[in-house]
Amino acid sequence: MINNESIVEEVVGQFGQKVFGFEEPFGLLTFTTNASDLVEVVGFLKNHAEFKFAFLTDLAGIHFPDNIGGELCSVCMLHSWENNIRVRIKAFVPIVDPKVPTLTTLFASANWQERETFDFYGIEYTGHPNLKRILNMEDMDYFPMRKEYPLEDATREDKIDALFGR
Amino acid sequence: MSNIKIVDAPEGLEGSGFFATSLDKAIGLARSYSLWPLPFATSCCGIEFMATMGSNYDISRFGAERPSFSPRQADLLMVMGTIAKKMGPVLKQVYLQMAEPRWVIAVGACASSGGIFDSYSVLQGIDRVIPVDVYVPGCPPRPEQIIDGLMQVQHLAQNESLRRRNTEEYKALLESYKVL
Amino acid sequence: MKTKLTHYLEDNIPMAENTLILPKDSNDALALNVPMVEDKQYSTLNLGPVHPATHGIFQNILTMDGEKIVDSEQTVGYIHRAFEKIAERRPFYQITTLTDRLNYCSSPINNFGWHMTVEKLLGVKVPKRAEYIRVIMMELARISDHLICNSILGVDTGAYSGFLYVMQEREKIYEIYEEVCGARLTTNMGRIGGMERDLSPTAIAKIRDLVFNSFPKVWAEFETLFNRNKIFRDRIQNVGGISSARAMEYGFTGPNLRATGVDYDVRVIEPYSSYEDFDFEIPIGHKGDTFDRFMVRNGEVWESLKIIQQAIENLPEGPYYADEDQYYLPPKKEVYSSMEALIYHFKIVMGEIDAPVGEVYHAVEGGNGELGFYLISDGGRTPFRLHFRRPSFIYYQAYPEMCKGLTISDAVVIMSSLNVIAGELDA
Repeated sequence: MINNESIVEEVVGQFGQKVFGFEEPFGLLTFTTNASDLVEVVGFLKNHAEFKFAFLTDLAGIHFPDNIGGELCSVCMLHSWENNIRVRIKAFVPIVDPKVPTLTTLFASANWQERETFDFYGIEYTGHPNLKRILNMEDMDYFPMRKEYPLEDATREDKIDALFGR
Repeated sequence: MSNIKIVDAPEGLEGSGFFATSLDKAIGLARSYSLWPLPFATSCCGIEFMATMGSNYDISRFGAERPSFSPRQADLLMVMGTIAKKMGPVLKQVYLQMAEPRWVIAVGACASSGGIFDSYSVLQGIDRVIPVDVYVPGCPPRPEQIIDGLMQVQHLAQNESLRRRNTEEYKALLESYKVL
Repeated sequence: MKTKLTHYLEDNIPMAENTLILPKDSNDALALNVPMVEDKQYSTLNLGPVHPATHGIFQNILTMDGEKIVDSEQTVGYIHRAFEKIAERRPFYQITTLTDRLNYCSSPINNFGWHMTVEKLLGVKVPKRAEYIRVIMMELARISDHLICNSILGVDTGAYSGFLYVMQEREKIYEIYEEVCGARLTTNMGRIGGMERDLSPTAIAKIRDLVFNSFPKVWAEFETLFNRNKIFRDRIQNVGGISSARAMEYGFTGPNLRATGVDYDVRVIEPYSSYEDFDFEIPIGHKGDTFDRFMVRNGEVWESLKIIQQAIENLPEGPYYADEDQYYLPPKKEVYSSMEALIYHFKIVMGEIDAPVGEVYHAVEGGNGELGFYLISDGGRTPFRLHFRRPSFIYYQAYPEMCKGLTISDAVVIMSSLNVIAGELDA
């Protein structure tokens, strides 16, 4: 019977110190690994004879401005349909050099999702066949989802502070 | 007797075998009851347009049954849905290709003013790139409201001067949008 | 109901048991493999973003060798509205209006998916009656989504009348939405903790009339018109096929995946909102081509009808909202008479209630597949990070592979059958 504990055992057995930060928010096993080991860990889980995490559910980015040295996080969620179990893997990278290896060699659906994360956060996926912006305009020069940028359009003249008495 | 309302004839001189009216009125009548829309449907308002084209709210009663996806053959540009900044140049190109007389309806809150999407990537109203004749607010507007907007354009088509493109006002408007 | 389902067996589409069928590599991509030759002149055709055949605005730049498509490059993002950034500034109950506009053909599914995510985070248990009402609304939304997809597939192949008949029935579904929540399309239905009001007798009467009397006849008529129509089948059979293994690689879920033969359905794998109480089957195809997608959606409409019939027959009595003062607005009578209720009302509306810290992922079966909400809360009134796992965005990547070697008319039909909704694609 595959459950979170058996996954933890196997993964720690295979990778030792390279995986850490195990937790189970709402029953979903979550752990962290280094960016350099990400492809290996995901490949191990995908090709494992028993686990068979053959489906990449989601790949997203998160910006933690307070987490110095690991501000940007690339998080991917895998789902094993045969065992009906999910796992979430995070990889933190510093904002000055945000490089994460690409998962497109393992999952074709990671292609656009990594482009979206690059578009929003600036995380560069090394080895990606076509890493350019996907949802925003090509000539945009900043990464809008980072916390320091405002939501509203900067060129509005009808929502300026003067009108709101600030 | 049926209760279907047919358009009244314009004021004119009638006799046996002839009807004389002013050219304005005749052409206004013809134009307004045969507007060919270009449904520029981008998001949710497009689905309400599909409901308007369906048999329950039937837009073909108003003569707008034939949607033309080619701007060269369309009279009325109905912009339905959110226009992002990436889409702005495309919208302008489509507008430029339309031949006079042309009217523009901004359907929905997003096309009128950006709607609920007050964000960095959404154009806050299409009147930032093209001149608009009628705004239909709503999120999404009911089909009855879209038809009301269409009727306002019909009113414009009937009552404006025939060659509105030659009026000073219109030329100044197009200048301000750098369209000419 | 049995008699309406047997025609699938005539068409050789097997009905799956509610267990997972493993993917098989036996049917490889049915599209022809047309390699690009050096120094050959290829022409480029721009399909979109404003094009009658693309539903919503996305651009496909096709590289063509005469009539055959050799490759295609896609540009999306023409309706990027920055949902995820907006969501970081809105309290939880205001994000429902954003989720409406994701897959706008089936808004209640998005709304309830979001509510369930927040309820998971807050630990709120929704009573049975509210869950059954949610199931009815979600299945009506699924029917409404599949109606649009299949009738527009008919329009794209030139058969306009099916669309008109089916839109009439959709108007009836809109009337039901109006009875329940007040709006036709962008419903903002339900609240965190249940529904905002109970199903009125008019709503129940309308649902019964739709589901038992008028809709099955119209849908059977639609199927009679299309399923065995030689012209329609020649247009869409063996067009745009994809194997199930390849589909899994590309992250397909929903009817597009089930047409390839894998019966993955979030309602069965991870039941939510009392779906385990209902008895329904999952139609699957075997070649993953356009005809299979069309037939799978047809079958899913019948299954959704079955679920609604069961739900409305067995609607349990009870409250329609969870008794959680902190998260659900107290009834107005109490607000005007009791001090506590007044304070809670004030706190909820002004957003003074803080959510617990945590990260949660919840998925629902949307009209297009697994719609997931990944929510990270840092204890404030707005989410720290909200990510939507949008099925249309993920499976649209497979489009170039599906139309290799085919003609433009086939490319149009494949796009139509994939049911890519622009609002969900770009978010």
